[in-house]
Amino acid sequence: MAVQDMMKRVPVAEQDPKVRAKNFDEVCLGYTEEEAMAEAERCLNCKNPRCVGGCPVSINIPAFIQEVKQGDFEKAYEIISESSSLPAVCGRVCPQETQCEGVCVRGIKGDPVAIGKLERFVADWAREHGISPKSDAPKNGHKVAVIGAGPSGLTCAGDLAKDGYDVTIFEALHEAGGVLVYGIPEFRLPKEKVVKPEVENVEKLGVKIEKNVIIGKTLTIDQLFERGYEAVFIGSGAGLPRFMGIPGEQANGVFSANEFLTRNNLMKAYLDEDTPIQKGKKVVVVGGGNVAMDAARTALRLGAEVHIVYRRSEAELPARREEVHHAKEEGVIFDLLQNPVEILTDENDWVTGIRLIRMELGEPDESGRRRPVEIKGSEYEISCDTVIMALGTSPNPLIASTTKGLDINKRGCIIAEEETGKTSRDAVYAGGDAVTGAATVILAMGAGKNAAKAIDNYFKSKK
Amino acid sequence: MYLIRKKEMLADRIFLMEVEAPLVAQSCLPGQFVIVRTDAESERIPLTICDYDAKEGTVTIVVQMIGASTEKMEELNQGDSFHDFVGPLGNPSDLCIEENLEETKKKHIVFIAGGLGTAPVYCQVKWLHDHGVKVDVIMGSKNKDLLFFVDKMNAVSENHICTDDGSYGFHGMGTDCLQALYDEGRRFDHCVAIGPMIMMKFVCKLTEKLGIHTVVSMNPVMVDGTGMCGACRLIVDGKVKFACVDGPEFDGHKVDFDLAMKRMAQYKTEEGRKKLEFEEGETHHGGCGLCGGDK
Repeated sequence: MAVQDMMKRVPVAEQDPKVRAKNFDEVCLGYTEEEAMAEAERCLNCKNPRCVGGCPVSINIPAFIQEVKQGDFEKAYEIISESSSLPAVCGRVCPQETQCEGVCVRGIKGDPVAIGKLERFVADWAREHGISPKSDAPKNGHKVAVIGAGPSGLTCAGDLAKDGYDVTIFEALHEAGGVLVYGIPEFRLPKEKVVKPEVENVEKLGVKIEKNVIIGKTLTIDQLFERGYEAVFIGSGAGLPRFMGIPGEQANGVFSANEFLTRNNLMKAYLDEDTPIQKGKKVVVVGGGNVAMDAARTALRLGAEVHIVYRRSEAELPARREEVHHAKEEGVIFDLLQNPVEILTDENDWVTGIRLIRMELGEPDESGRRRPVEIKGSEYEISCDTVIMALGTSPNPLIASTTKGLDINKRGCIIAEEETGKTSRDAVYAGGDAVTGAATVILAMGAGKNAAKAIDNYFKSKK
Repeated sequence: MYLIRKKEMLADRIFLMEVEAPLVAQSCLPGQFVIVRTDAESERIPLTICDYDAKEGTVTIVVQMIGASTEKMEELNQGDSFHDFVGPLGNPSDLCIEENLEETKKKHIVFIAGGLGTAPVYCQVKWLHDHGVKVDVIMGSKNKDLLFFVDKMNAVSENHICTDDGSYGFHGMGTDCLQALYDEGRRFDHCVAIGPMIMMKFVCKLTEKLGIHTVVSMNPVMVDGTGMCGACRLIVDGKVKFACVDGPEFDGHKVDFDLAMKRMAQYKTEEGRKKLEFEEGETHHGGCGLCGGDK
């Protein structure tokens, strides 16, 4: 290896954009041992590590990186596992640039340390070497029910199991993982290789996962208490997709990103399993978040020409920077500062195109971002056969509507204390998208973690 | 895995299965549905509950083979198991809720069941019968051979059977039969119509004219069925509704049927392709949505 420029991060191998645009294999190939150790050398091991404060689950980042530096990857894994139940996932999908890496001192003059890539390397190394997290806490006999086997539920369950609780997760779908299996595509987060072993690691801690049980329908929260569960964590995730309310939105060929991604990821339409998917020849994805990028890159891999239509400019795209970069490399076309006003259809109500209007940025709105304003008379049409709406979701009503005394806010989200996840019902905690509305995997994990701590305190205070 | 306790062919390409699913059996009510997956690669198929037995822990479904996925389901026999069986989903019928019983008893109710709709209608009618509510049922099918549950329905309702070709009972469609009852002087103030979309649409047209409040059970395409994917969206009273969490029953006079029917065609091409693959070399029975053989 040439002399390392300490201002620059060690580059990570990726599949060639031209090749990967046609397959569902993982884009980023990850560091080798040598690369990881070289990148770890760049960590300054700050006395006051700002990166830890930037991590929603407070991983002791400098400590694990010091172990990587020494080549003790097992020790590094143990340190990460103290704080995170799903490191192989987080290393791949966290928005590191706004969290740990965003506050890294190295970032002031050069590239921040590639913390995410190092976390991923350590987690992958541990998996490949058959190492999984351990729990030696004695069983305390308390039963806790966790609703939803997504990021918040898995984290909460894992942490409680490590503290000796008898935890059962109830999952509505036929597979555990939540958004990790239905939402995030294979090329970003491999299911068999990464998600399944992470879920199995949580099971190895003693957590039971009951699939095909919909809390709020199959069983209510009150019935869980009747069945001997003493505390409940709700991590039921996001709900119904939002639409724009423009003409033509009910036409054939208009999908929510949730539907498109669920068909492809959870139901494995791309492997030609039984569930069909409309592949599309020319696809317009509306939205600028991670889900929009995932939908666009999925449609691209299924063979379509893909446009992302977003009403603000590139700087405001809420997606992870790496996803935007990858999408561009692969050939997704970004139509920025434009907004759909109508979806055009033929006589049988199939999509034939979309009418867009150009936008410009005006004064900042309540979110602090400059408000997009329509440019009068700038409307134009492009042809397409598929439109995918990636505009976020509204909360799922199933639990709130069947649980007396569980308060929700105006938007339908469950009201829970930020620090603890405590809801208006005694012994009922909540976190993740069910509370915040659509957010990130790591924020959901942070909420699951806080709730596990609060549930532990709840039991301790009862004694 | 969910054991199939019993399987019975009811008519050509229509079969019944009694499935062991104790949690679903304990919590379901008429009007709700389940999602079933035959094996680890299968589609999630929504099916309305036809009967249930909380004590036995079983739920009964009735399935019509209309494509590759339902044909795959039919290959399972008594003693085999479904990979997944989840529910109950959707809301129970307003008629079949204990708290509403006094109100329900005051109503003059007619059910109109078309084809496979007979199964979910039976579920509601039986519940009402068991709770002391008398109702009329109009049970329609294309012909005599496609009728099923005749004795069962007779036992729990005043049952009027009709066939499109006149091969059994009243000669005509469900709407004709309702009109005939009306002309005889029978009056109803509540109608529940379950069957093919086109049937429900025409029932609603008639009941609007006759001034009968009408509830329909919608069965659009679904993926998860739990309120996540949005595939099952409908326009009801000008607003977007999701059949899986807002329905499946809606005020029939407010449903945009034309749109719902167009949306049903969305995956027909794909399904048809899958079916043809599946059926290679065998006699084609229709149901692919392309050839019109199922019409």
